[in-house]
Amino acid sequence: MFDPKIYDTRDEIAWCPGCGNFGILNGIKQTLAEMGLKPHEVVIVSGIGQAAKTPHYVNVNGYNGLHGRAVPPAQGIKIANKNLKVIIHSGDGDSYGEGGNHILHGIRRNVDLTHVVHFNQIYGLTKGQASPTTAQGHVTNMQFDGNKNEELRTLLFAISVGAGFVARTFSGDKDHYVKTLKEAINYKGYALVDVLQPCVVFNRINTFQWYKDRVYDLAETDYDPTNKLEAMKKAMEFGDEGIPIGVIYREEKETYIDKISYLKDGPPLVDREWRPEEAEKYMDEYR
Amino acid sequence: MDKNILIGGAAGQGIDTLGDMIGKTLSRKGYYVHVSKDFMSRIRGGHNFNQIRFSNGPIYSHWPDLDCIIALDEATVELHADRLREGGVILCDDSVKAEDDRIIHIPMVEFAKEAGNVRTSGSVAAGALFKIFGESTDEVDEIFQQRFKREIAEVNSLAFRKGYDFVEKRFEVERPEKREQIFIDATNAIALGALAGGVGFFASYPMTPATGIMTKLSRIQTDAKIVVEQVEDEISAINMALGASYAGVRSMTASSGGGYALMVEALSLQGITETPIVVVDVQRPGPATGLPTRTEQADLDFVLFSGHGEFPRMVIAVRNPEDAFYQTARALNLADKYQTQVIILSDQYLADATQTIAPFDFSMVTIERYFMTADELGDEDYKRYKLTDDGISPRIIPGKIENQIVLIDSDEHDEYGHITESAEVRRAMVDKRMKKLEGIRSEVQEPDYFGVDNPETLLLGWGSMYGPIREAVDLLNRDGESVGALIFGDLYPLPTELLNKYSKVAKRLVNVEMNYTGQLARLIRQETGIFMDKSILNYDGRQMDSYTVYKRIKEEVL
Repeated sequence: MFDPKIYDTRDEIAWCPGCGNFGILNGIKQTLAEMGLKPHEVVIVSGIGQAAKTPHYVNVNGYNGLHGRAVPPAQGIKIANKNLKVIIHSGDGDSYGEGGNHILHGIRRNVDLTHVVHFNQIYGLTKGQASPTTAQGHVTNMQFDGNKNEELRTLLFAISVGAGFVARTFSGDKDHYVKTLKEAINYKGYALVDVLQPCVVFNRINTFQWYKDRVYDLAETDYDPTNKLEAMKKAMEFGDEGIPIGVIYREEKETYIDKISYLKDGPPLVDREWRPEEAEKYMDEYR
Repeated sequence: MDKNILIGGAAGQGIDTLGDMIGKTLSRKGYYVHVSKDFMSRIRGGHNFNQIRFSNGPIYSHWPDLDCIIALDEATVELHADRLREGGVILCDDSVKAEDDRIIHIPMVEFAKEAGNVRTSGSVAAGALFKIFGESTDEVDEIFQQRFKREIAEVNSLAFRKGYDFVEKRFEVERPEKREQIFIDATNAIALGALAGGVGFFASYPMTPATGIMTKLSRIQTDAKIVVEQVEDEISAINMALGASYAGVRSMTASSGGGYALMVEALSLQGITETPIVVVDVQRPGPATGLPTRTEQADLDFVLFSGHGEFPRMVIAVRNPEDAFYQTARALNLADKYQTQVIILSDQYLADATQTIAPFDFSMVTIERYFMTADELGDEDYKRYKLTDDGISPRIIPGKIENQIVLIDSDEHDEYGHITESAEVRRAMVDKRMKKLEGIRSEVQEPDYFGVDNPETLLLGWGSMYGPIREAVDLLNRDGESVGALIFGDLYPLPTELLNKYSKVAKRLVNVEMNYTGQLARLIRQETGIFMDKSILNYDGRQMDSYTVYKRIKEEVL
């Protein structure tokens, strides 16, 4: 175990006081320290948003790209260097709104990476508009008459399109967060983790207390996360009846890289040695 | 001497296979060959044709007159018979009910069945064609064997001979010296250039006429140990490629204008993160879906200005398959050297026109990556955006140097890559990025010049108009006209040395382009203040051939 301080950066943190992201940030450092991952062995990838500032606050490799586009470069990085641990940290708007198409196909592609979604049911950086996860009827700074769109059941969506690791955790429960993140990072394949993370400024409904009153840990029940149909039912559960946290669904699958024999058994793509002359044989069919 | 053949029929009748077989056989015999394709956006039916031109001297484009038509349907006779030169012939199957006294009916289908497979009727036609031009059957069997499994190859050879024996020789053709050459289009030349240049990752979404680049790379990916991924959209294509490039792998993507449009946000990301990337835009006529299977040079303005904010880039138009190979490999090196985006412009005409050229010299290609080693970095904390005199901050590969991290950001950032809003740092970072443009400018290659030494009329063209303009200049010079042409490959930064030299000499400047607005003319005007006197433009989706350029210059300019 390393000292979590090795992941501190000199950047001034630009989140609001009391933001749920602080719990997430400490949890990441704790997780990396416990896993013994050195700063150069990890890449945090993000899009744009409050959550997407995470790469600046953890002393590991970072790729802070475009809004909604965290999944494609994360896949590219892992394909290029399978030895890197690739972790996405982005918001629910970034991941499920602007990035919806990438998450869908990212799940199908099953590149070995961990996608942590800061789930607060509101847009923070743009000041309080509805996110794809905002409850229907929720009055926001844009949806003045209440949100007309149904909220996305994100984990149900993920399981239904074939995700092999789907979990939820809560930023207010650091131990649970660290345990879940560790399991997600250790999972071989695309692992999706929603982290309930209250926005203290723009979401006055889904507050810290609101989440705290509703979450319950699946590990404390006899729930079996390997049963897909049961998992889909569990993934629909969200609200006053309770919010399950823990691993909702788990299935071992062949990863993208495992399907490419020369990457699976050989060195990472970035170590490929190549001379121009080696391509000459591909000209033969035009002779 | 040059001879011209047209093969026409409906989509699905095997026109491409036949055109390719004939072209390749003629190539092996040593002829200079140019095969261009004209097809509709459909998989079956409609009217498609291939035009084959061959000669014992260099040729650079297709040609309007025909010596022989292979008509697989009636429409081919109706649409193209008036282009036959005197003495020309039309070869048809018995089933084609067309009235024309130049028709030679051949029982193609019947012969194909006799040979053992009805689908070999094209080979019967090829046999007849070879006999008509007095060609031997040398190389024919070898070509069939290269293309097909043994039994299928034998059936095709038999079908070919049935066609060959059925007709009489019609033309005298001067035989060429046998030469070593390849028969290739720009699509495959770009793919080979990418492979030679060490591309490791290629992500793309299928879009005509760019798809073939991915197809070629995908076919050999396991053997070459590269990764080719067909992604969900072009946004993902370029962002995934940028991710792989960040992690140290040479990466590329390709599309046509519509797909390129989806990449534009990420081009701007490239600008601020300085992650090397090569993007190919194989142009087709727009706007929007436009004419999907036809050609145009109308994306130049777009690629020059695509992306919000200001950042450096390089734009190279490929001019023929040979250029396509070497420029793609060069683009990969320049992208790494200047940590910039290099946009390669091709178009449908080049993508689908197969030509004979000298084999690529792979020893001419180098792979230059410009990474900093751990020793060079020393004990210093790595700064991804270190301010330097030339604006280039040395790159390291993430994960390769103990406890050194690489942080990149789409926000404005300091030398370490952290977000900043400091006015001072902002100015320094913009200066640093734009400074790279000076370096890029020092790399640009001057356009090719063809024609008389001190031309009265100077033609200016770019990309795929290289062939038609080059040959048109020859024809005009032979008529005694004082004409020359500059054909641009590198377009941005615009090379200006030859432009300044010849524009001073010439009395008239004429841009010859495949678009409506004269985009090269505008670029030249914008960069140099030099105005064109006249434009020869075409935007009907069909490439101007050399004769058309020649004729239009005669009629509209001289």
